[in-house]
Amino acid sequence: MIDINLTLNGKKISDQVDADSVLLDFLRDHDCYSVKRGCETSNCGLCTVLMDGMPVLSCSMLTVRADGHSIQTLEGLQEEASSFVGFIADQGADQCGFCNPGFVMNTIALLRENPDPTDDEIRAFLAGNLCRCSGYEGQLRGIRNYLNSRVKE
Amino acid sequence: MITFQKYVKVQSLDEAYELNKTRKNRIIGGMMWLRTGRGSVNTAIDISGLGLDTIEEDDEEFKIGAMVSLRKIEKHEGLNSYSNNAVQSAVKDIVGVQFRNMATVGGSIWGRFGFSDVLTVFLAMDTYVELHNAGIVPLSEFVNMKRDDDILVRIIVKKTPIKISYSAVRAQRTDFPVLACAVSEFDGMYKTTIGARPGKAILIKDEDGIMAAGITSDSAKAYADYVASHTPTDSNLRGSAEYRTHLTKVLTERNLLRIGGIE
Amino acid sequence: MEHKNYNAINKSVRKKDAMQLLLGKPVYTDDVVPDNALVVKLLRSPHANAIVNTINTKVAKLVPGVVDVYTWEDVPNSRFTNAGQTYPEASPYDRLIIDRHVRFVGDVVAIVAAENEKAADKALRLIKVTYDVLEPVLDYRTAKDGKILVHPEDNWVAPCEVGGSNLRNLVASDESSHGDVDGIMADCDIVLDRTYHTKAYNQAMMETFRTYTSKDRYGRLHVISSTQIVFHVRRILSHALGIPKTMIRVEKPRIGGGFGAKQTAVSEVYPAFVTMKTGRPAMIIFSREESQFAGSPRHEMEVRVRLGANKDGKIRVLDLYTLSNSGAYGEHGPTTVGLSGHKSIPMYTGSLEAFRFNYDVVYTNTMAAGAYRGYGATQGIFALETTVNELAERLNMDPTEIRNKNMLKEGMIMPAYYNELASACALDRCLDHCKEMFKWDEKYPVRDMGNGKVRTAGMGMAMQGSCISNLDVGSATVKLTEDGAFMLLIGAADMGTGCDTILAQMVAECMDCSVDDVSVFGADTDASPYDSGSYASSTTYITGKAVEKACMELKQKMATIAAGLLGCGEEEMVFEEGCLKRINTDQKVSLKEIGVKAQCNNPTSAEASASHCSPVSPPPYMVGMVEIELDKMTGEVTILDFMAVVDCGIPINPALARIQAEGGIVQGIGHTLMENITYNESGKLLESSFMQYKLPTRLDMGKLRVEFEHSYEPTGPFGAKSIGEIVINTPAPAIAHAIYRATGVWHREIPITPEKIAMSKPDENKQKEG
Repeated sequence: MIDINLTLNGKKISDQVDADSVLLDFLRDHDCYSVKRGCETSNCGLCTVLMDGMPVLSCSMLTVRADGHSIQTLEGLQEEASSFVGFIADQGADQCGFCNPGFVMNTIALLRENPDPTDDEIRAFLAGNLCRCSGYEGQLRGIRNYLNSRVKE
Repeated sequence: MITFQKYVKVQSLDEAYELNKTRKNRIIGGMMWLRTGRGSVNTAIDISGLGLDTIEEDDEEFKIGAMVSLRKIEKHEGLNSYSNNAVQSAVKDIVGVQFRNMATVGGSIWGRFGFSDVLTVFLAMDTYVELHNAGIVPLSEFVNMKRDDDILVRIIVKKTPIKISYSAVRAQRTDFPVLACAVSEFDGMYKTTIGARPGKAILIKDEDGIMAAGITSDSAKAYADYVASHTPTDSNLRGSAEYRTHLTKVLTERNLLRIGGIE
Repeated sequence: MEHKNYNAINKSVRKKDAMQLLLGKPVYTDDVVPDNALVVKLLRSPHANAIVNTINTKVAKLVPGVVDVYTWEDVPNSRFTNAGQTYPEASPYDRLIIDRHVRFVGDVVAIVAAENEKAADKALRLIKVTYDVLEPVLDYRTAKDGKILVHPEDNWVAPCEVGGSNLRNLVASDESSHGDVDGIMADCDIVLDRTYHTKAYNQAMMETFRTYTSKDRYGRLHVISSTQIVFHVRRILSHALGIPKTMIRVEKPRIGGGFGAKQTAVSEVYPAFVTMKTGRPAMIIFSREESQFAGSPRHEMEVRVRLGANKDGKIRVLDLYTLSNSGAYGEHGPTTVGLSGHKSIPMYTGSLEAFRFNYDVVYTNTMAAGAYRGYGATQGIFALETTVNELAERLNMDPTEIRNKNMLKEGMIMPAYYNELASACALDRCLDHCKEMFKWDEKYPVRDMGNGKVRTAGMGMAMQGSCISNLDVGSATVKLTEDGAFMLLIGAADMGTGCDTILAQMVAECMDCSVDDVSVFGADTDASPYDSGSYASSTTYITGKAVEKACMELKQKMATIAAGLLGCGEEEMVFEEGCLKRINTDQKVSLKEIGVKAQCNNPTSAEASASHCSPVSPPPYMVGMVEIELDKMTGEVTILDFMAVVDCGIPINPALARIQAEGGIVQGIGHTLMENITYNESGKLLESSFMQYKLPTRLDMGKLRVEFEHSYEPTGPFGAKSIGEIVINTPAPAIAHAIYRATGVWHREIPITPEKIAMSKPDENKQKEG
């Protein structure tokens, strides 16, 4: 077991983990149930969390590598997410919802990096977030409507 | 899933090198294939604390640390302005932003994976690898060296004036390529690299001087045929040997015409 | 078309669970169950066809943390089916919990129950098995009456006569026809005889199969599962475990997608067996790999179409033969195949003089197929629509014109669809609308874009059903609360589709209240009224009608209570503007007063339950058009624009209907261009992960546009028909058509990969013509 110290959603935590423990399992063990596993091959994006603000796949991140870093999951970014997810809800594009947390986390990362993205930039940034229900177009409309509403303000 | 017993975040390359001499220990990169892989490792050796996650640029060259993420080279202005965005073209379709934030240049090059876009594009440039023990070796040599217990420290790209173009065919936009191709011209020599043959990337130079008179639609076709006839291909889930040979011609010719401004 | 002004119907209200889902709240199976469950893992066969000779679990059981290991010797020897279907079960009873005879690579050999995952994984590695390896049946085209039997056992049972026999490798078989097929075919100017092939696509819902089981406070088996069919799961577990249905409770939390995969009890029986054996909570979560190679995908089908037409484009006769590959077990085999003919041929009712539809469904030693959105119709429609497109191209006739000449129109009787009346059919308007919006006349011609690239367009039409007629039962319970609002209890399963919200909109419409005043609960076999479950496009149409009926009955009861309050006869009370009014007076009683009264000195319950079943299954209709850019040198296809117009009757929630259509179209694009299924020579599936099985990303689908043409279905709730399945049917024929336009080659097998396009020549693909 290895000692680690990290900041999870703003709270400092210390724990002991196995050398090969992955961050996804660690986060779920720490009640961050928004973090989902959709594949074992780093392909789906469901497990996206932010490490020092950067979107990463927690399924492929060793927990020990989070030592000394700040991890944020959707549990810790409710307010930031709330600013735009309602627009996606208005499109009905949440659908089954299982991919939503990873998609929302990566959208947060996108909007922090590029507050005014084009549709193509949105598609490119979110390409690693698979969704089997929505056909993606409703997610895009939701984000676009949010961006447009912001312009009006 | 690869399992391991111990994890050591090393303080120096020497420490990593010593640990890596034990056969059951392994240097870890981005760990993207952690769950896909099989087997057990004794000690995972992490070199992420050695400051190798930066790209240093001077008038002569780019020094890309082994732990630099694919996302960093995708967004690096100097590297992309030098390579006419070939580096960005090569990596921008790899899975997704999150994946590219984690996958490392060192992991891609060290693995010498058949599917590697990264290896394919760097092999077409004036690129060297810095190994902890063996020192600086041209990438074109390194690609054919046996995997040993050395450690890849940096990728060095010389700022030799270059024309280069990269393209790949994918059955789905973020998939591994069916075939990857980079065509370049520097030091007066035309070069083509073909990756995902599906074997690891191969470098074909214009040894016969087909391009001696410059890029025309005829010479491009002749050189594309030459490259295809010198590029062994094979079949796997993503395509047959025959289709890959066909694509080798198509992509080589197109990339050539693009660097010749004829497209 | 005109329709009433509704209060809550035809409104794009948010899904009731939307913000919970978007903000990542813990609402799925693995989020809501206690974490003390035993980890259940399965040892799976590496062979496609083999008998377990010896199996030694001694060492595995000694692993610290391993609670027990079960093999074929530990399970009951009575067969059952995992298919979630209504009585009489059409699928054969051909499964055991663990069978000594393993029938595909991935079939279950042993169940391990352990305290943690590492112990379970270690135990799996330590179970020693020897197999008598048998030759597998891997070619479904030669399976029927072949010498190797997939199910040689003598306790194979078909509860329903569907023409199957385990001694012939036959799950089902049937023949049907109408009119003089051979005579008319001989009289036609042109006959096209074409054979098509579609594969066993995976639903690939984001949440893999998973089930939690425990004993409840009465010692009953409590199952929390990601399922579309709580009541069918209760029955299946009762059969598999040999315990009464009253001793089982099945509930579903939110489901991370289903698309039909979870209409089969793929994962439930294993933890349930462990809980029954150990008395302890147990949980199984399929890995993505297991979901891929041991799930419940689409039936691979070969569809032969013989189409007879006149030179003027009149389609006179259709003759379809479908060969369906059910894989190792027969789940949904007898029922999916019918749709390949019954939901394709009727689209040409306008001109058809005769038709024939025959089929065989066979066993092979590959993964068992099941239910997947479209359920056979998708395969048949790809075949028939591609043949009709080819006819149009052969006759140099615009494909929209040939549809106009032949298509089904409202008011027609459909001989190929059980003689049902097309009571609401806007297929013709869908075609006109789509053609105009898409700018078909501009996009259909082949345009050279230079550098080997061409642009062009293709199209397809589709239909589906809205339920299984005369069979499926939907139910709803509506309760009035003392604050004057309503609770809706259902057994249908919202798997992200939004049916909870859609059904609440119906309550709000009936009760003249806001959708926010209706709460929804489902689905739980202990609390919900019986419902077949959510599949066969039926929830809006069937359960919706049950909601309407329950509301009617509840209004009657509210009138009785209100009349009691006013001391008048209940026949004097009318429901108006959200309250009960006494006719010819100013007296009225609010819902709140009725709700309070119901709980105080009152013998009339303020709740009502109703069930519904329909003698008809009114088809929704759809037209899809696609514009592609095709690179003739590399074979790459880029979807530029996909336009669809759908007739689903009156859409109850247009936003959700639209998303259904967009999602279905993108799945269809995936099946047509990139999702592939390949078995190696020993029967192992090669696309067993998302690294190999490529779902379309948001960069692969171009621009989607979906619009609606309303019709009013008189038998549906508020004029509604279905939407969930039809939406997957048009991409394959439309894209194959556009690829032909661009290359001169008809591809009759999907997926059509860049390699197939680049490496085939225009003259290669010709088939014999009659």
